[in-house]
Amino acid sequence: MKPNPRRRFLQLAPIAALAGCAAKPDEKTEDEKLPSMVGAPIRAYGERSPHDKTKRLVPDLKRPQLGSTRTPLADTEGIITPAGLHFERHHAGVPDIDPAKHSLLIHGLVDRPLVFSMAELKRLPSESRIHFIECSGNSGGEWKAPGGPDAARSCGLASCSEWTGVSLKVLLDEAGLKKEGKWLLAEGADACKMFRSLPIEKCLADCFVAYAQNGEALRPEQGFPLRLMVPGYEGNVCVKWLRQIKVVDVPYQSREETSHYTDLLPDGTARQFSFVVDAKSIITSPSGGQKMNGAGFHEIRGLAWSGRGRIDRVDVSTDGGKTWAKATLQEPRLSMAFTRFRMPWQWDGQPVEIMSRAVDESGYVQPTREELVAARGVNSQYHYNGIKSWKIESDGSVKGA
Amino acid sequence: MRRLSLILCSIALLAQGPKYKLGHAPSDADVSKTDIFIAPDGKGLPPGKGTAFDAKETYSRRCARCHGTQGQGDQEGPLVGGKDSLKSAKPLKTVGSFWPHSTTLYDYIRRAMPFDNPGLLDANQTYAVTALILHWNGIIGEKDVIDATTLPKVKMPNRDGFVKDERPDTGAKAKKK
Ligand code: HEC
Repeated sequence: MKPNPRRRFLQLAPIAALAGCAAKPDEKTEDEKLPSMVGAPIRAYGERSPHDKTKRLVPDLKRPQLGSTRTPLADTEGIITPAGLHFERHHAGVPDIDPAKHSLLIHGLVDRPLVFSMAELKRLPSESRIHFIECSGNSGGEWKAPGGPDAARSCGLASCSEWTGVSLKVLLDEAGLKKEGKWLLAEGADACKMFRSLPIEKCLADCFVAYAQNGEALRPEQGFPLRLMVPGYEGNVCVKWLRQIKVVDVPYQSREETSHYTDLLPDGTARQFSFVVDAKSIITSPSGGQKMNGAGFHEIRGLAWSGRGRIDRVDVSTDGGKTWAKATLQEPRLSMAFTRFRMPWQWDGQPVEIMSRAVDESGYVQPTREELVAARGVNSQYHYNGIKSWKIESDGSVKGA
Repeated sequence: MRRLSLILCSIALLAQGPKYKLGHAPSDADVSKTDIFIAPDGKGLPPGKGTAFDAKETYSRRCARCHGTQGQGDQEGPLVGGKDSLKSAKPLKTVGSFWPHSTTLYDYIRRAMPFDNPGLLDANQTYAVTALILHWNGIIGEKDVIDATTLPKVKMPNRDGFVKDERPDTGAKAKKK
């Protein structure tokens, strides 16, 4: 057998290493002195490329614990919003919760009040569903003055994720819902202990308590360790940091369902428990703040969603609403989730106004701002879903119209 | 026959029983500590009482820096005013002009105020500042005693101002009025 040169090297290696200890550091071999072309090492949790600067829009607030950040819709692709870009809305800051100490209490009009630890919740049958969440205050500025300058400012209080958790019906069945139980109060563990009342039919139909978002634990600002998911309803009812569910007979008229999240009409009355999110769409590319780099081919892209189910159609106009063409809808088209649409377009370099109009499976057609104002005036603050248009100037700049 | 109904009965009971048998029963003390909901009929209101007159010190110490010395608003929105403004071009929604239920005020102050340190006020102080805000809005008198019995009886000016959600209210799908 020939002596194996590699083995000999290995045998000598300890000696060489000892010798190396004594040697001066600059005595590297010629090759060792070459700059390494090998990239960064492995790491425990992947972060974004330092070149990717996409971030939420953070307004300048005197109380940043009471407010919202917006998803940069124009800078996201597909239908899933990364957890770190999901919009935020807090009423009293983000609590720091140890999941080992967190539990969910279910009581009220039930046969057996129950407390579930997080570990117990995770043992129960688990479901994952993709749903948007939209704050009913999204686009609220457009009631008074349309022209939100870009997609984030105009429409960024909407995001979409895959959520994983336990069906509320499973939990209510465990506790044994009494037939007098008609409403459910869901309360968070934030400093203001925010709560909302929800009709029991909806809770049994498709609500769930979620502990995960896009495959990992919820982010603190999304309710870690547990939030309520109420598909298709205004975001505020998806109570974060969920700690308590009480089954009751009537809605309890919380501050968040009286003073706020009610829609004032011109006759001075206000709609209450206006939960459902109406169909809405927005062109994200080209959109306000962007610059068209030259005439010729552009793909118009955008997002559409509805709290009443699937998106059936999105129409796009490139002549200020005179004519409309059907956009292509990217699959999957899921109920109460973002749907991506796109349409090829040749821009002739002339000033134009582009806009999109969503139609959902219930047949509801996204209205114009004029139709909305005719129905509700301009002081209703919530649930604005008017058709949004962008003006493209001949220099390629895109502005909110 | 009796045996059959007994069997049927126990099957029905079984069907309603827990399926997974996870979770445990909370103690009554745990439930009453966590359950601070107040119903619009006053259920859940704790013992204690207060008047607007009693509230002056608590209010100026715990609330005034954010809501103004007279509830007129300062760092934060006002707690008073806006009477008859809801139909106008500039509606002002406050406890007095907009809130439909007096019980919401006690519930909200107890759970969420003062903003930085909810829970600082005891029940008497909470009844008192509740009374003060109602008094400033011209809804009750300065010496009216507010407690678990009287608070739910206070009729808010905008009690009948809320209507059902009537959407869809645009397009072919609009609900006919
Ligand atoms: C550090 C500032 C601060 C202090 C002190 C404070 N508040 Fe507030 N208050 C706020 C903020 C901020 C809000 C709005 C919270 C929100 O929108 O979620 C608010 C809202 C309210 C509201 C609801 C108003 C509406 O129309 O919806 C009431 C009522 C209220 N406070 C009462 C009180 C009372 C009573 C006290 C004293 C016990 C108090 N606050 C102390 C900051 C404060």
